[in-house]
Amino acid sequence: MSGSLGTLGGQDVVQEQVRRALEGRAVDWRSRVFEGFLVFSLLVSFFFLLWLLVSQIVASMPVWQERGLIDFITSPTNSNPDKAGVGQGIFGSIVLMFIVSLLALPIGVAAAIYLEEYAPDNLVSRTLNTVIRNLAGVPAVVYGILGLSFFVLAAEPITGGRTIISGGLTLAVLVLPIAIIVTAEALRSVPASIREAGFGVGATRWEVIRSHVLPYAAPGILTGVILTMARAFGETAPLLLVGAVAGSFSLPSSATVVDRLSGPYTSLPTIIFNWSVLPQQGFRALTAAAIVVLLVIILLINAVAIYLRNRYARKW
Amino acid sequence: MASQQGPIRVEDLRVDPRRARTQNILRRLFFVSAALAVLITVGIIWALLWDSLTFITNVTLEQLFDGAWLPRSNRYDIPTLLIGTLVISLIGMLIAVPLGLGAAVYLAEYASPRLRGTLKPILEILAAIPSVVLGFFALTVISPNVIAPICEFAQGWAPSVFNMAAAGVAVGVLITPLVASISEDALYAVPDSLREASYGLGARKRTTTLRVVFPAAVSGIVAAMIIGLSRAIGETMIVSIAAGGVGGGARNFDPCLPGQTMTAAMVSLAIGSDQATTGPQYSSLFFVGLLLFLMTLGLNLISESYVRRMRGKGAI
Repeated sequence: MSGSLGTLGGQDVVQEQVRRALEGRAVDWRSRVFEGFLVFSLLVSFFFLLWLLVSQIVASMPVWQERGLIDFITSPTNSNPDKAGVGQGIFGSIVLMFIVSLLALPIGVAAAIYLEEYAPDNLVSRTLNTVIRNLAGVPAVVYGILGLSFFVLAAEPITGGRTIISGGLTLAVLVLPIAIIVTAEALRSVPASIREAGFGVGATRWEVIRSHVLPYAAPGILTGVILTMARAFGETAPLLLVGAVAGSFSLPSSATVVDRLSGPYTSLPTIIFNWSVLPQQGFRALTAAAIVVLLVIILLINAVAIYLRNRYARKW
Repeated sequence: MASQQGPIRVEDLRVDPRRARTQNILRRLFFVSAALAVLITVGIIWALLWDSLTFITNVTLEQLFDGAWLPRSNRYDIPTLLIGTLVISLIGMLIAVPLGLGAAVYLAEYASPRLRGTLKPILEILAAIPSVVLGFFALTVISPNVIAPICEFAQGWAPSVFNMAAAGVAVGVLITPLVASISEDALYAVPDSLREASYGLGARKRTTTLRVVFPAAVSGIVAAMIIGLSRAIGETMIVSIAAGGVGGGARNFDPCLPGQTMTAAMVSLAIGSDQATTGPQYSSLFFVGLLLFLMTLGLNLISESYVRRMRGKGAI
């Protein structure tokens, strides 16, 4: 429409004249108010986000100035706000994420492959789909009850009770339905013609999945799964039920890997919860600092996912 | 095989038995992964029901309607929890429904593709904020800066630092992106032919949006609200930190005062009761969990029926 008198330009002019004739008034105030409300509602959400970020960064300033980043993220929990740090929380969260990705990701991808590529359209498949969708809507704290009953109490000889292994298993179960749903979505976006090309040259279903479907769905699966992990990283409620320590504890510096896996543990969000309800003023700044650390980690994970999505997104 | 001369025989097309065996083993493996979801569901229901039965058989009906939720004094007033949950969820919905819908309509109908590409990731960042962070924000920022002046103006006296209003606002901020993204999908799924027909009749953009697009997407929008409500009811960390229900409390409808929700009661039972594994205090955790599970499951099933209605119309 670059100024030329093409058909599109002409249409535009006619459209504009017709619209003016029909609308009658030069400015339609009700439409303006309506659109203003829409923009306002979006801005309020953004305002809250900005307010949240700025308030926490400002509140955490004393910690960065007096303690420094390295001291804060390596120190263990402590009831003295001048010494407390989030080292154990970061260690715990990383181990939890490791257990989750080891369990929930392969099982989630396998389940999604069954539902999207193999499942016949029958009652069993439809039931499975419904069950998984409903599991994804179960509140996280209820998964804590599942973890408490099965991983902490029933499986105590294997998991050791209130250990990080029970916590990781609980989070893995929590994440599984979401991992299945995002993977299934990525598989669904691969067009049928890709599969048909594979079948056409005589490949079995698994060969088609491995060589055709998975490579094309991989970026989508990866993005979805990374976002799911980011959500699990910030999850707190189920861990409180399966025994993440909501107080300070210390392990001797000689503690081995086995000691760390079988002893008391905590996670970064659990520390935030614990500090946020402490009355001493010193913990206000510490909580804000821990929140800044958590948000930086989660936003970084999200940025990686969004980058991957934009880099490898494919339009069929 | 295929390199042999002559016409193709049936045996040439038969799959190599080794390939067929791999195919079958993998198929079963994928099915078992998907069926794990059923096992998890059964596990959740089993864990909830078993100890709930212990609880129900060990308390009297008077204890369940005792005017206050104080597990330490063996008072398990269920209405206290339901009222707290209801008040906070309603405040959350009062914020999330207009903001979420406004944002969704703006993104789906008004924003240019480029603007949409910039605005949507910001909403996704808001969705990625862990609830424990929003809980601390509600307690230290929303409560003194937003709720305190309003409550003081309305009632004449300063509200409690821990109050249901602050928690409700934070829950609203938390579920706004969820309501927005599901509603936007519903609006996006409305075929363009409907909009064009409306414009063809001379309708304005606002009229088209409100009278044509919105009614066509209403099933999906209702589903978004119900899922939002379900998420608000199950939200745990915000209410545990900001609503001030830790340790119990009496029935309370006043949003300027502390309140007790089902989820916060579960957390304080889990971290407060010396990690005991017997007695009515411990088993009440499971009973409250069962109530929460049934409520959210009911809402999720209702929302699913709305989604199905939308699909039936051919909009998705």
